[in-house]
Amino acid sequence: MSALRILVPVKRVIDYAVKPRVNKTQTGVETAGVKHSMNPFDELSVEESVRIREKKRAPGGVEDICVLSAGPPKAQDVLRTAMAMGADRAIHVEVKEGEDLEPLAVAKLLKSAAEQQKSNLVILGKQSIDDDANQTGQMLAGLLGWPQATQASKVEFADGDTVNVTREVDGGVETVRAKLPMIITTDLRLNEPRYASLPNIMKAKKKPLEKKTLADFGITAEKRLKVLKVTEPPARQGGGKVEDVDGLVSKLKELGAI
Amino acid sequence: MAARQQLSPALRRLSFVRTSSPSITRQVALQQSLSLPARCFSNTRPQRFQRTPPAAAVQGKFTSETYPDIKRDSRFAQLTEQHVNYFRQLLGSESAVIDGVTRNDAADDIEPFNTDWMRKYRGHTRLVLRPGSTDEVSKILKYCNDNMLAVVPQGGNTGLVGGSVPVFDEIVINMGRMNQILEFDEVSGTLVAEAGCILEVADQFLASKGYIFPLDLGAKGSCHIGGNVSTNAGGLRLLRYGSLHGSVLGIEAVLADGTIVDDLCKLRKNNTGYDLKQLFIGAEGTLGIVTKVSIQCPQRSPAQNVAFFGLESFEQVQLAFREAKGQLSEILSAFELMDEGSQALVRQVTGNKRPLEGEYPFYCLIETSGSNADHDSEKLQAFLEDVMEKGIVVDGTLAQDETQIKSLWAWREGITEALSHLGGTYKYDVSIPLKELYQLVEDTRARVDAAGLLGDTDEFPVRAVVGYGHMGDANLHLNVSTRRFDERVEKVLEPFVYEWIAERQGSISAEHGLGVMKKKYIGYSRNPTMVGLMKNIKTTFDPNGILNPYKYL
Ligand SMILES: Cc1cc2nc3c(=O)[nH]c(=O)nc-3n(C[C@H](O)[C@H](O)[C@H](O)COP(=O)(O)OP(=O)(O)OC[C@H]3O[C@@H](n4cnc5c(N)ncnc54)[C@H](O)[C@@H]3O)c2cc1C
Repeated sequence: MSALRILVPVKRVIDYAVKPRVNKTQTGVETAGVKHSMNPFDELSVEESVRIREKKRAPGGVEDICVLSAGPPKAQDVLRTAMAMGADRAIHVEVKEGEDLEPLAVAKLLKSAAEQQKSNLVILGKQSIDDDANQTGQMLAGLLGWPQATQASKVEFADGDTVNVTREVDGGVETVRAKLPMIITTDLRLNEPRYASLPNIMKAKKKPLEKKTLADFGITAEKRLKVLKVTEPPARQGGGKVEDVDGLVSKLKELGAI
Repeated sequence: MAARQQLSPALRRLSFVRTSSPSITRQVALQQSLSLPARCFSNTRPQRFQRTPPAAAVQGKFTSETYPDIKRDSRFAQLTEQHVNYFRQLLGSESAVIDGVTRNDAADDIEPFNTDWMRKYRGHTRLVLRPGSTDEVSKILKYCNDNMLAVVPQGGNTGLVGGSVPVFDEIVINMGRMNQILEFDEVSGTLVAEAGCILEVADQFLASKGYIFPLDLGAKGSCHIGGNVSTNAGGLRLLRYGSLHGSVLGIEAVLADGTIVDDLCKLRKNNTGYDLKQLFIGAEGTLGIVTKVSIQCPQRSPAQNVAFFGLESFEQVQLAFREAKGQLSEILSAFELMDEGSQALVRQVTGNKRPLEGEYPFYCLIETSGSNADHDSEKLQAFLEDVMEKGIVVDGTLAQDETQIKSLWAWREGITEALSHLGGTYKYDVSIPLKELYQLVEDTRARVDAAGLLGDTDEFPVRAVVGYGHMGDANLHLNVSTRRFDERVEKVLEPFVYEWIAERQGSISAEHGLGVMKKKYIGYSRNPTMVGLMKNIKTTFDPNGILNPYKYL
């Protein structure tokens, strides 16, 4: 079996424990001064890649784990985190703050990156929690002409470059098999990402981080979609409080519930 | 951002079976099943209704049985229907009086007010009053004082020394209905709120204004700020924000005879006469009922970082603390200590994945809070590199996101709750000079072991002797986790622990107070002159002794 050269794209998003707020002009969410971190699905991808290596799950071994992020300078923080978790090296494709790429542009960029890096496995999050597009992995598979297994909850390697992937689907699980090179997108139950240890955080500082631009991949940040308006979901109707059981009963009667 | 909601912290840390991909209804169910905050799996639900009861041996025992030397004071009147009728008329609303005197179907409703958070103390009250205003508190107390009816002021009932529940038939005055935030000054940061306001509610309100409550503790989802003030709670950030004796600016309280003491000062400085409000801070409901509090709240730090260390010895812990103070100085907001034993128990109860690969005898949690994230993490990184290089810290992790911050904190904040799931716990909350802080745990463990009481199997009454606490404040929690009640355990522990502390001029109650548990032992930390003066103060404020009798002094 061929040695794995894994490419793991990671995205810097608003920390998922933070409640996002729509900006005043309703053109997007407020990002200034808001805590950002790695897209949680991408954490799963990084973790899985590192585990494949550590647990020696691939018969041909893992030759390279390269993480890539297209984003503002701060995206380097999530690249360092990924390297602290165990990735070997990183590529930062600088995109100006606010100049977000659409899934198709990201897929094109990744196609070119996968070719340049001679990757034979790309593990992506099934979606990023900021725009919830859930498209990049699929588009990338299309552009490269590789097989894809989306929403993976288990990844197993067999001889002859075959990979068995268990996927979560409505009502149960589905197991699919494909041959390398291939695309896998991760789902929540795939693994439990580790805490980056201090020694590894320090080592990560010395790991190579290459800086590139969109032009290096022959891409422009052109947009096909125009965001017309972003709004908050309607505020939940506040519940009423009753003082005691009698109050509850009369309220229920009043509402015609009993 | 549907995916954002799907990702509850707990989801990623606990194994969880979900059968299919998200849809609207499933997501709702998911969120509900995972709505427990990861930070402390205890804190936002009302403890007394949902917690699984600890070992049966501990539950159900009345304080009057556990402490047979305490006798009901015969000067206090027995409750009659007439008394209840007075309170009914006074308080009007049905829910303000939980009456087990004239009704015999109220037992279930009353039980939660009779039993403390640990289910270690249990009283016999048959009447719970829930006043809605200072005026009502005043009228209740005046009537009780005139009729010699003893009372127990009760907040969120999370106190750990048995102070918040009756011993005999004292009337419980629960402050839960007085829960309003009354005033907030966005320039000075002064908050005025009613005593029954829940700490977490006050803090969330302050967060929306860019401020923070100067106190944080594991019980924040249930405890009241009136209860916090009455116990002079210390908590997790005392290191940074100081004690309530400094941050509380004013108090409104009602004395035993109904007199309303209006000292609801909102000034930072006020040197006019004795500072009487200080007496209510930490009085545990023995001098009056606190009805309102005004408190100075600091600006909330926008940037927070949390690091978690494994260390090989208590010497290393002390070195790490010194380095942290030196190198992180103004941004250091917490320095907490946990031993391996405490962490193993949290792991046993929660099943969560340990933050570090290896096991170490000690762990520390360091939090920084500052105004500039980049600046703080640079400082923290430099500190971490330094302590690793010097070999003070063997391994550790630095939270990479908000979720990790919360889950790391859960390893510290979740200890009390985890222990409560395992059975009864003897808790000692002590302050000792730092150098010897952990020695107490080792000596106690050796003693319990020598007595043949400590072991891994069921025949031993003691499961573990563990230590953790607020290292930054030289405050240790020595906890002896038991499988069942066994008289021999207490005999081995007491007065040994208290004598050990007294020899080192330590405090037998650093932050939890005296309550029923430590009433007898005050002499180990305060001399007779001090205790005598305290008794005089008590008589001045409450001549009939109706407020929280059988406790404190
Ligand atoms: C999980 C957990 C973690 C904890 N962590 C800490 C910690 O880190 N630091 C710390 O210091 N403590 C801690 N505690 C104990 C702490 O004392 C309480 O959580 C809290 O301060 C008590 O508030 P409460 O509203 O629950 O008061 P209660 O338990 O209801 O009452 C405590 C005492 O105050 C009196 N009292 C309550 N309200 C009033 C009032 N309005 N007027 C007069 N008297 C009143 C009661 O009579 C009683 O004597 C913890 C407890 C738990 C369960």
